[in-house]
Amino acid sequence: MGFTKTNNGTGVTIVSIEGQLIVGNRQELKTLIQEGLDRGERKFMIDCTQTGYIDSSGLGALVSLAKKVRELGGDLRIAGLNEDLRSLFELTKLDTLFHISPTAAEALTGF
Amino acid sequence: MDQPSAAPLRLCVRRTTEPGATTSVSLQLPADVRCVEEAVELMVRHCFAGGSPSRRTSFRLRVLLTEAISNSILFGARGDPARRVRVQAALTEEHIRLEVTDDGPGFDPDNVPDPTLPDKVVRSIGRGLFLIKNLADRVEFNDQGNTIWMTLPRS
Repeated sequence: MGFTKTNNGTGVTIVSIEGQLIVGNRQELKTLIQEGLDRGERKFMIDCTQTGYIDSSGLGALVSLAKKVRELGGDLRIAGLNEDLRSLFELTKLDTLFHISPTAAEALTGF
Repeated sequence: MDQPSAAPLRLCVRRTTEPGATTSVSLQLPADVRCVEEAVELMVRHCFAGGSPSRRTSFRLRVLLTEAISNSILFGARGDPARRVRVQAALTEEHIRLEVTDDGPGFDPDNVPDPTLPDKVVRSIGRGLFLIKNLADRVEFNDQGNTIWMTLPRS
């Protein structure tokens, strides 16, 4: 359970959420992305292939992080949502705010 | 420096073998967001004991519990770990009725803006109650607004 951060070698920082993104660990994700921004990283992909569920605090963290990244000229994309997670984004209309790809590989194409 | 560990969770399960009877599960946790995940998993385990819920139902239960508990911790108990949040589930063969209570002043659930409106969708807060209302089959509050009941299928 937690977050794994890797770089694909072409300047995209990939953060995998393994388990939950909820009120208890959202700050950890925020810190991870902020550390990347401080190092000059600007392209982030959040890989949800191994994600169980996300609550409103987790969704809010993604919204605020995307805003912060875009203000610095970068982008934060989301990939690998299962049907249940995808329904949360559609229900809250956050699918209109994020670039969402079915798989991590597709998200990296053309990033 | 390490953060102090949170107080333990207290779980109570009352089962009956009578057909059609209600089983109850109750849990008390400190108002500490670090306890939410463990509390949710404990409740889920006991709510589905002996059953085989659909993936969708399992997802709904986890999100509903997380939302209601974290709302109680953050807004009801103001994140004070000395205060407690109480979670209960009444289980029948068909349904789960969840109850989450805090000792806070409560809130008016009818006075929460729709987070999907164009000027709200960009905000990082305000989606919790919306998710609850959309994921539960039925949502009720007490008059004070510090107890919520949520009903969903058990299968």
